[in-house]
Formats: sequence, C-alpha cells, structure tokens
Amino acid sequence: MTQAGHVPGAGTPAASAAERARRDMLRDARITARDGVRPRIGADALCEAILLQGSDTIWGYPGGVILPLYDVLVDHPELRHILVRHEQAASHAADGYARASGNVGVCLGTSGPGATNLVTGIGTAMLDSVPLVVITGNVPNALIGKDAFQEIDITGITLPMTKHNYLVRSADEIPHVIAEAFHLARSGRPGPVHVDITKDALMGQTTATHPSVAEVEAGLPGYKPKLDGHPRQIKLLAEAIAGAKRPVILAGHGVLIARAERELLELARAAHIPITWTLLGIGVIDETDPLAYGYMGMHGWKHVNRAIQSADLLIGIGMRFDDRVTGNVRTYAPKAKIVHIDIDPAEIGKNVVADLPIVGDAKHVLDALLPLTTKVDPTTRVDYFAELATWRTESEASSWHGSGGFRDGVLSADFVVERVAAGSNFDANLTADVGQNQMWVARYGGFRRANSHLSSGGLGTMGFALPAAMGAAVAVPGKVSWAIAGDGGFQMTLQELATIVQERIPVKIALMDNKKLGMIRQWQEIVYGGNYHSEELAGPDYLKLCEAYGLPAWKVAKPEEVDAAVAAALAADGPALIWFEIAERQNVYPMMPAGKGLSDLIDKWGDDGEDITEGDSGPRVDPTDPQSGGAR
Amino acid sequence: MSTGSTARSLPGSGEERRHLIVAIVNNKPGVLNRVASLMRARNFNIESLAVSVTERSDTSRMTLTIVGDEVHVEQAAKQLYKLIDVLKVQDVTDESIVEHEFALIKVRATKRTRPEIVSVAEMHRSKVVDLGDEAVIVEAVGEPTEIDTLVELLREFGIKELVRTGSVVMSRGSGSIEEQVKR
Repeated sequence: MTQAGHVPGAGTPAASAAERARRDMLRDARITARDGVRPRIGADALCEAILLQGSDTIWGYPGGVILPLYDVLVDHPELRHILVRHEQAASHAADGYARASGNVGVCLGTSGPGATNLVTGIGTAMLDSVPLVVITGNVPNALIGKDAFQEIDITGITLPMTKHNYLVRSADEIPHVIAEAFHLARSGRPGPVHVDITKDALMGQTTATHPSVAEVEAGLPGYKPKLDGHPRQIKLLAEAIAGAKRPVILAGHGVLIARAERELLELARAAHIPITWTLLGIGVIDETDPLAYGYMGMHGWKHVNRAIQSADLLIGIGMRFDDRVTGNVRTYAPKAKIVHIDIDPAEIGKNVVADLPIVGDAKHVLDALLPLTTKVDPTTRVDYFAELATWRTESEASSWHGSGGFRDGVLSADFVVERVAAGSNFDANLTADVGQNQMWVARYGGFRRANSHLSSGGLGTMGFALPAAMGAAVAVPGKVSWAIAGDGGFQMTLQELATIVQERIPVKIALMDNKKLGMIRQWQEIVYGGNYHSEELAGPDYLKLCEAYGLPAWKVAKPEEVDAAVAAALAADGPALIWFEIAERQNVYPMMPAGKGLSDLIDKWGDDGEDITEGDSGPRVDPTDPQSGGAR
Repeated sequence: MSTGSTARSLPGSGEERRHLIVAIVNNKPGVLNRVASLMRARNFNIESLAVSVTERSDTSRMTLTIVGDEVHVEQAAKQLYKLIDVLKVQDVTDESIVEHEFALIKVRATKRTRPEIVSVAEMHRSKVVDLGDEAVIVEAVGEPTEIDTLVELLREFGIKELVRTGSVVMSRGSGSIEEQVKR
C-alpha cells in the first residue's frame, strides 16, 4: 500500500542527514509544552490513548498517510505492533484477540485500499458483537473529497457495519474520540468502532488531555445500555421456570460477553434445566457437565433440536433466534413459551415473538433471577431427563464414534477435530474457518472453557481461522491456539504464514484438506440435485509451501497417525501445520435445509444408507426459495 | 417426533398503516446520513422526512412517516435508537397530536380562472402568495389530508409545480418530547 517518494539510499551520508533533519522536525512539532501536558503530536496522543485503555497490541499495515503514526511507534515501546501481510488479516487477528481475551482488539490500516481491506473483518466483528477499535489514516484535510491518491469515503463504507464511526480532522479530538471509541466498543452490546484520522490530525500538535470514563459517558447522552432487567419480568420468569415441565436453556454469545457462565450454571443446577447452546454460545458450559446437552440448529445435534421442539419453556439468554437456530419459525418449538433475555432491545421480537421479553445484561438478569428461583428436586424431572438421555444416545450413535476414524477407507474429519482437541485435553483455543470444518469443530471440539471456541458465526467469513487464531495466540499465550481450516478458507488468507513465522506466533494449523469446497459440494448434492459446479479445489503441496515459509509441517492420511502428528505439532517450538487429507465427499449431518424446520433434519451416515428424514415435509428444498439462504 | 399442529406466529400482525416517528438527534454532520442509511439497510421505506434544529442548537428534530405493521415500525424505532447520535425516538401515531404539513402549489391560471382559484384557496384556509400572468402560487398549511383535498381541487386548473414538506408533529398539552431527553 505504501507509496513512498524517492528517498536517498539507506546508509548513505545523504540518508543520515535526511533522517537527522526529519527527527529534528518531529521534535520541533512535539515541543511547546502548555498546561503541563506533555508536548506531542496527534500520533503520540493516539498511542497514549490506546495504552490508557489497556490495549498493548496493534495489528496493522503501513501506508502513505498513516506513516506519521509509524514514525512515533518507536517512542511507545509498550505498544506492540504486529505487521500482517494483508489488512483483512489485521482485522481478523484483532477480532481473535478480542474473542479469546474479552479485551478490545485494535487494528490499523492506511487510507484507500488499506481501509477497504479491513472491511470484511469489521463486518465479521459487527455480526458477532466483537469489540474492535479500527483505526485508519486518511488523506490531509484539504484533500478530503477531492478523489486524492488512496482516498475513499471509508466512513461512508463502514457506517452500516460499525457500532459507531468517526472522521477525525484535528489532533485535539484524538484523546476524546479514542476513549469514546473504546467505551462504545466494549460496553452494552459490543461491536466494532471505526476511527478514521486524517494525516493533519496525526501530525498536528495537541495538548488535549485524556478524558475519564465519567467524562466519556457524559458526552454520550444518546447511549445508555440497559443492564438490569425489569424486576416484574424477572419475577414472571421465575414463576415460568417453577411451572415448566420441559424447560430448555438456549445460551448464546451474550452469556460469554457478560461473563455469566457461573450464574448460568447456578440457574441450571437450581432449577434442573438442560443447557443447549448456539454456535457462538459454545463454551458457556463445560460440555462434560451433566446439564450440558449440546449444540443446536442447522447442523446441531439431533437430540438437542428434538429437546427444543418438544420443550414447553425456552429460555433464550444472550442469543437472537437467528435463521440458523430456528429454521422455519412457524414450526419452531410449537409447544414452547419463549423467554428472550438480551441486552439489545432491537433483538427482542425481531425473529420470533417473545412471550416474556427481558431487556438486560445476562449477568445482571441472572443475578436478579437466582434468589427468586425455586429449587427443583431433580427427581421430579427424572422422566424428562431419561428421555433426553435416550435421545442423546441415539443421536451420538450416528456420529463418528461409530466410524473408527474412517470414512470410505480414508480419514474422517470429525475424528480429526476430536483428536486435535484431545491433544491439549480440550483446553486449547480452537478457531474454526467457515463451512464444513466450522460445523465439525462446533460438534466435536469438546469445549470445556469459556472463550476457547472462535468462529465467524454471523457473517460466515472464509479465511477467518488463521488470522483469528494468530490473535488468540497473542492474547492468551498460556493456551494452545489451533486454526482449524478447510483447504478453501486456508487458501484465502494463507499469506499470514509469513506473519506467524516472522513474529514467532505459535499458531498450530490443522488443515482439513478434502480438495473441495466441502459445504458447497454438500449443498449441490442435497439441494441442487447433484449439479456440481466450482466445488473442485486444487491446492499446492502444503509441505513444500510450509517449507518455503519456514514452518514445520506433517502430512496425515491415516487415523492411526493423527495423535502422533498432533503431539509433534504441539511439541514444535512456534507455529506448525498438519495437513490432514480427509475424505473428499464427507457431509456434515444432521442437516436442516435452509427454510425448513428443526424437525426436518436430514440424517445419513454411510454412503450406502438412505437419507433419513423426519417430520412432515421432505428434505428437498426449492433453491429458488429466497427463504433458503445460502451455503458456506 | 412430528411437527406440531399449531404453527408459531411470525412477529407482527401484517396490518400495515402509516406511522409518525419523532426522533431527537445530535445536530452534527452525518447524522441524517446515519438515519437514512439505517432505514435503507433494514428495508424501511421513508414516506416523508422533515428535519430542523430544535430550541437547542445542538439537537435536531426529525419527523419520519413510515408505513408498516406495528412490529416492523417498532423495529425501526429500536434500530434508530441504537444510533449513538439519536437521543430520543417516539412513535406518536396514536397520541394526541397536532400534525401539520406545508405545501406550495403553482397553479396554471388565466384571467378567467384566477378568481376561481383564489376562492378555492380561501375556502381551504390557504392563501395566494404569488400572482403571475399565467400562474398563481397557493400556500397551504394543514393536515396532510386537507392538503390532499386542496391539491385535488386545484388539479382541474392544472398544477405546474407542487412541493410539500412532509408532516411535522407536536403533542397536545404541556408535554414536551425535547424535555424528556436526558442530558
């Protein structure tokens, strides 16, 4: 992205003279102390403001107008800048950093193409409520709106996909805007906030001070997240729980964001309710807990969807009843009263009618609910739990547990996921890509810890795994960070192999290579009558690729080799990759075709078997039906 | 397991009607764009929009009319309220309000028809603000339906140009939406 003018060759006398002159000019710009504030330019104020917010890592890529910031980074050594190979990876890495740590992720790009490359990562964070502060440089004030070199209306572009955005034209605004951006990103329903800063603002002198949290809040009269649920509604919820015979908890990302896992478990234990989870809710409960029932939705466990369809009370907490969760709303949980707890009032009543809506933060609401909850004697729910256990046994019998790691004589993807997770005693952070691999991770990752599962749920962004796992590895150095990607998604962002090698970021990569766009192939098989197109995917020799980039790699094609390869990758100092050659035509089952209901699951195990369909309507869906959504 | 016989109803009654939404927003560049962009992205069609500064120079007032069922419109109001620069949103459709619109109507006129046009205007509490050789401009203030009627009556003379501001509303009595904005 960088467009540098002609510069004298490094090391020449002319170069050192030019460098001296430049540093002198920078010093001059920073002089003139007033009001006891350290003299500095806008770029300095930006670094201070980020550090004051508790962030110590920036994922970025330099370019012309953002260079004033790179010029002062050396003077803020506490701030680690990690140079990526493409700005999209910077936004995904900041996202992974935020998801794994719960802190705000920070990424950086220059104007024009640097900024537009960040957009996919911004959208990903927006749809999944991930706190990001995205900083871009922009052209000097006088050139704004003139179609200058590398100028684009980036705030116009990010407006509909950020929680808020800013165009900063003066150095004096920087401390307040950055503090406000962090506050908005992390509070309420989190999300990405974009700050576009002109070159003049980065280079201008300022004595502006950094505001306190109270000052930031006072400046935002239109922003008051509602944390506490209405006491009357919470009392009604306690009554509903006491009267329910077949209650099910639907836990979502909001529980993790609110850090309410403990309160959730207390509620489930007190009222003896099984906990199910959405894709982004994975990790709300240790999956080995007796009350952990499983993952719901389009590719969720059949027993979980069955429990939901037969429930008399659904308690949705920090989730949004999206189409991948409910399928056809008309046939969703027909006997259930729906309780919907969410911090965002706009989510209530958007996709389903809530019989009992509660607007509030999951932790606050559960804290208020617990003292009102009538303790339920587990013996009163014996029949219910016995039935749930039977359904679970049936549904798990049709999973990889029966396959012995083989499918059509080759390696089975779900087996690989389970062994990768087992290699770190189910304590690693697993970052999925998008497609079949994402569903296998969700189903077989065996998660035991909050924030150990990272996945692009809302936007479904292929190419997410490697850069986001990079962010998780830096955010939580004490845990192993795996990127589990298909060969499609991996090839979208594999340039970041250079980043993890250069920065010694110990990401372990499980490449699930079926030489296909697997989910596309699955949809073309099931929904489009076997009319395959553009699902065959050639790739490089990944061992040679890794050798070229300089990281160790292993190729595995047999189940008995999996554990040793995982152990070797974990033992490697720094990043490593395992190239798993998995079955080429393995589908993710069960599957609810888009537009169908949770009772219309297609389930099939073994190529010689027939599709098993339950419910009133068949599995075939009309590809022209706009309700059907799409693959990936 | 079979699909239950009772189908779950989708949000909203499906009964569409016109709603009046008042939003108090920060008076800053780009806020109108944020509101318009949100309405576009979420598939709400703005029938009319009137914007002006309020009694306080740092806030503006927007009056939007949108057509939809109650859940659709409530969703629009909730999404609007999520914008950081939006301080207050209220659906005032069913409240006791004064709703007025302003219109300028340029009507084709001859020596013969001019007195008729003037009398039509006067009957409708409107006034003629410009008299030309071949046209007159009628200025009308009132409820949108009153203006609709006037426009229909003037149409027989030939309307050369018509501009309407869209509705602005204010609640009757002493209540003030602006005073409800917490600062």
